[in-house]
Amino acid sequence: MIEPLWEVFVRSRRGLSHTHVGSLHAPDATMALRNARDVYTRRQEGVSIWVVRAADITASSPDEKDEFFDPAGDKVYRHPTFYEVPEGVEHL
Amino acid sequence: MDFQATIDADGRIEPRDAMPDGYRKTLIRQIAQHAHSEIIGMQPEGNWISRAPSLRRKAILMAKVQDEAGHGLYLYAAAETLGVDRADLLDMLHSGRQKYSSIFNYPTLTWADIGAIGWLVDGAAIVNQVPLCRCSYGPYARAMVRVCKEESFHQRQGFEILYTLCNGTPGQKAMAQDALNRWWWPSLMMFGPPDTASTHSEQSMAWGIKRHSNDELRQRFVDMTVPQADVLGLRVPDDGLVHQDGRYRFTEPDYTELYDVVKGNGPCNQQRLSHRVKAHEDGAWVREAAAAYAAKKEARAA
Amino acid sequence: MNDLFAYTLRLGDDALISAQRTAEWIAAAPQLEEDVALGNIGLDQLGQARSLLQYAGSFDGRTEDDLAYFRDERDFLNVQLCELPNGDFAFAMARLLYFATYQHLLYDELRSSADETLAGVAGKAVKEVAYHVDHATQWVLRLGDGTEESHRRMQAGLDALWPYTAELFESDSLVQRLPAAVDPSTLSAAWTDRVLGVIDESTCERPSSSYQHTGGRLGRHTEHMGYLLAELQHVARSHPGATW
Repeated sequence: MIEPLWEVFVRSRRGLSHTHVGSLHAPDATMALRNARDVYTRRQEGVSIWVVRAADITASSPDEKDEFFDPAGDKVYRHPTFYEVPEGVEHL
Repeated sequence: MDFQATIDADGRIEPRDAMPDGYRKTLIRQIAQHAHSEIIGMQPEGNWISRAPSLRRKAILMAKVQDEAGHGLYLYAAAETLGVDRADLLDMLHSGRQKYSSIFNYPTLTWADIGAIGWLVDGAAIVNQVPLCRCSYGPYARAMVRVCKEESFHQRQGFEILYTLCNGTPGQKAMAQDALNRWWWPSLMMFGPPDTASTHSEQSMAWGIKRHSNDELRQRFVDMTVPQADVLGLRVPDDGLVHQDGRYRFTEPDYTELYDVVKGNGPCNQQRLSHRVKAHEDGAWVREAAAAYAAKKEARAA
Repeated sequence: MNDLFAYTLRLGDDALISAQRTAEWIAAAPQLEEDVALGNIGLDQLGQARSLLQYAGSFDGRTEDDLAYFRDERDFLNVQLCELPNGDFAFAMARLLYFATYQHLLYDELRSSADETLAGVAGKAVKEVAYHVDHATQWVLRLGDGTEESHRRMQAGLDALWPYTAELFESDSLVQRLPAAVDPSTLSAAWTDRVLGVIDESTCERPSSSYQHTGGRLGRHTEHMGYLLAELQHVARSHPGATW
């Protein structure tokens, strides 16, 4: 008998999004959440946890990765460093 | 980018990338062995939780052994991204088909051994592990970042135990020296066979799984540790130890002992493995119950 | 013996002896996740013990370690429930359900104790033991309503420990005259409600034994206590006067 694998996402503090931290095994969602609390937040690393059955995640396949991700690669205007900021301007 | 180009550019390989079969197998073997070491390593230290001589030490030791279970979990999770199941890896450990670090086949005979393990064994592990944070396989590198971050207190608490003993009663100091005498050589062997005899090293270096040779890391450990022994006022049990040009020349450990322990002939091999197997077998009915309960709930919800 | 000292020792010894037993599970749990969970629970219990023993020691100049390592068996005031040797995992979860539910009700009341230190310890501990109750509950439900074997073992654990539960709620002149104390007999009804609620949901039968053990609060323990203390204390006692 193999217990399902769960992927664990932790929000490390308010204002940040949940980040993938690893995975664990548990028979059901309730236990997965509790195990995640014990395993991945022993040092108060989290304020909120999500667990998702690994089997329920649909991932982009590496073969199609070029079509999938390259279009974003040339949209440099999405990144703040694209913009020039005159010297002396702060808090921007 | 293909595999070799990513490696050459010092990039990271991620789970769904194409990778050579040898790379995958090497990683599975190494990460599993690493995970097994963490969980077998709980035993020699767990052996002293009930007897820790102060409540503060008891709390620290419990937290440390618990961390090791956590580290085992992070590492099994990293191995699973390569398409293996933790249950299968555990079976391989239990049946002796996969190994764990030989250091844990030595017994912890006194409280000072808890200090020596923290100081020497975790010290050696850190020297080994820090470069793994830059390992070419992303999930392994990330797990190691987490492990290293959490382990920083492990070595320090070990040194503190010995420092306290060395500044305590003559009996305590003798206990500390005895622990160093027993753990020094096995700690040096933690870096594996000498470079001239290491079987997997070259390919692992080329793949960015390994960043430094066994002998380099061993030298780094000795250079780091000998001055700490001086601070403790303990004698490193090596008559050939000489300080020369900022480095320490030291006597090589007797590697026939290492090979022997790896083969199963160490003081605690049988004991460690059968304890582990017993915990697993004793827990089988619990894991079955949890699965049965989950299945019932799911059926009722459907 | 000063009343507040004795009362604090009762709570501290319960926590200390529980931590000692919980810690025995580390590296022996049914799965790795449970090693970590029981590690957390044991650390919580040990943390509570240390706060309480430090406070008890402050009345006569002893340290937490003097109290943990250099008292003899008859001077330990924990209930016998905490000292019984670990059985199987179902036994462990039955004990945790019984004990943590009691502790949760107790600490919840103790938060408004007239004694500020006890109230402070309780304020922190109540959150910890709420998690212990939850952990025990999750497992009692799964084992009780899991497989035939787990059901049988869960029932056996609940039954075996039931006769050690009344001691938790014993009232005596000390708790009645000490304003800072919570009289545990006032917690009994709520405890029974909650625990039986979990047992019912787990599909186990309510334990029916009417015999109840007693003596822990007076320092009269089971045969197991001596061994537990021998293990806990022997290194410290082999080096009197040493620091660690």
